[in-house]
Amino acid sequence: MSQSRVNEVLRRILAPTIAMVVLLVLWEWLVWYKGWPNYKMASPSDLWPAFWKFRGLFFELGWDTLWRTVAGLAISIVVGTLLGMVMGFSRIAREALYPILVGFNAIPKATVVPVVALMLIGLHDLNTVLIAFLISFFPIAVSVSIGLSTLEPEYRDILRSLGASKFTIFIKIALPKTLPEFFGALKVAVTLAFIGTNLMEIVEPHGRGLGHLFDSGKISADYPLMFAVLIALAVLGIFLYYVVIVLERIFAGWAERE
Amino acid sequence: MQVKAQIHLEGVSHSYLTADGRLPVLKDFSLSVQKGGFTAVVGPSGCGKSTLTRLIAGLIRPDKGEIYLAGEKVTSPRPTVGMAFQNPVMLEWRSVLKNVTLPLEIVAPRKPWQKRKERARELLRMVSLVDFEDKRPSELSGGMRQRVSLCRALVHNPEVLVLDEPFGALDAFTREELWQVMRSLRKEEAFTCVLITHDLRESVFLSDEVVVLSDRPAEIQHVAKVPFGENRKLSDLYTGESTELLAGLRNQIEVAQGNAKEPQ
Ligand SMILES: Nc1ncnc2c1ncn2[C@@H]1O[C@H](COP(=O)(O)OP(=O)(O)O)[C@@H](O)[C@H]1O
Ligand SMILES: [Mg+2]
Repeated sequence: MSQSRVNEVLRRILAPTIAMVVLLVLWEWLVWYKGWPNYKMASPSDLWPAFWKFRGLFFELGWDTLWRTVAGLAISIVVGTLLGMVMGFSRIAREALYPILVGFNAIPKATVVPVVALMLIGLHDLNTVLIAFLISFFPIAVSVSIGLSTLEPEYRDILRSLGASKFTIFIKIALPKTLPEFFGALKVAVTLAFIGTNLMEIVEPHGRGLGHLFDSGKISADYPLMFAVLIALAVLGIFLYYVVIVLERIFAGWAERE
Repeated sequence: MQVKAQIHLEGVSHSYLTADGRLPVLKDFSLSVQKGGFTAVVGPSGCGKSTLTRLIAGLIRPDKGEIYLAGEKVTSPRPTVGMAFQNPVMLEWRSVLKNVTLPLEIVAPRKPWQKRKERARELLRMVSLVDFEDKRPSELSGGMRQRVSLCRALVHNPEVLVLDEPFGALDAFTREELWQVMRSLRKEEAFTCVLITHDLRESVFLSDEVVVLSDRPAEIQHVAKVPFGENRKLSDLYTGESTELLAGLRNQIEVAQGNAKEPQ
């Protein structure tokens, strides 16, 4: 290994690891120094036991959170893409729908959560998927519509001048051309959907999912459990994000600049 | 009606609907290009040159008048036309080769891939890009992209080639290189061409006939025959004969722009 390669590895692996260890040590030290009990604050060394104690629940409820997020996101992709297509191709539709979408998006979603939770009381899965969808379709719709409406006219003309149909032009040019914007929005949407799922799971009484586990920890002032849930959520969130990154590499990797 | 020319416009008028009402762009416009001919169209910016190309390609319909390609009335786009624009848009997710074969997917979907590839390679060879066929468009320079764009316009053996300022955005030397590429393409391929340009030397070097348009609504103001034959060289542009021709065209442009009144 050359010297620069060694430096590269040091920089990319060693540096973040050291930063992480330092942070954990400081945290552990603070809790120990202050003598905080478990109902006040958790220390890093409490997390693993808390996870292990409830490991069954972690996997079961983690699965709930995961599939609800993915289901909400899937609906977002379908609805967002359709809305984006309508707005991208028709100026009238764009002018009609855009203010409504912006207005809807401006409503803090935390306020929508209890409304939905009360409206469809008891339907935990539906509620959660619905919020994950409502909170995340906006960026997809906007990016697809911008991607389509800013397509240079020459792109359309090279195929249209040969007599190609609108559908062919969409499939061969507009769709692939919009993929980079679409994935950019999907990265935002996946994070938002995940937030939506968790908000609903925390707010709903007798719900399921990691949000519910977090709420249980809160009720019994079990800080190690709450922090363990937070870590689990972070892991799940990172996992979802990287799935999108991998998909982006596969389907829109051509848009990457060296 | 008997129409012999490959491209024939007869009394064509076209206007656009704008916020301030109808904007007439072409008025009672007629133009003929014989089979195998090469006509360059120059004129003030905004006079209706691009509109003319879109009418010939069938992308828009005229308000009045008829357009014929090979004697057939144009009512919609047709696969016997190839187009290239100033902006050589590429499908960035495809290789150069697959950008060139794109029109064949529409025009000849049954043609086997091997045949499509051979045809595209033949053209890429003519424009000296055969070594770049597997590259992505983002790896190409502006001049190279325009070469690819020309190949794409020709891959389906169009009878009519419509070029809308294809070299307008290139630097002077690259532009001259592309002129020579264009001339060699014309030797190898059978097409009838209308070239829009704002470069008078380009019009003289590439065409048989230069048409000067007046300001909007565009009419044909002047037609100049180009006295050079098949094998012209760039240095021909600097002969006395050519200088005289260019000066005449320059004057016509001034008239079209309204800066001079008396054409020489
Ligand atoms: N789709 C359109 N709608 C309204 N006006 C247009 C449209 N396309 C072109 N024009 C106008 O028509 C005139 C001629 O345009 P164009 O044919 O593109 O000119 P040129 O190519 O000679 O510069 C210009 O004034 C332009 O603004
Ligand atoms: Mg133009």
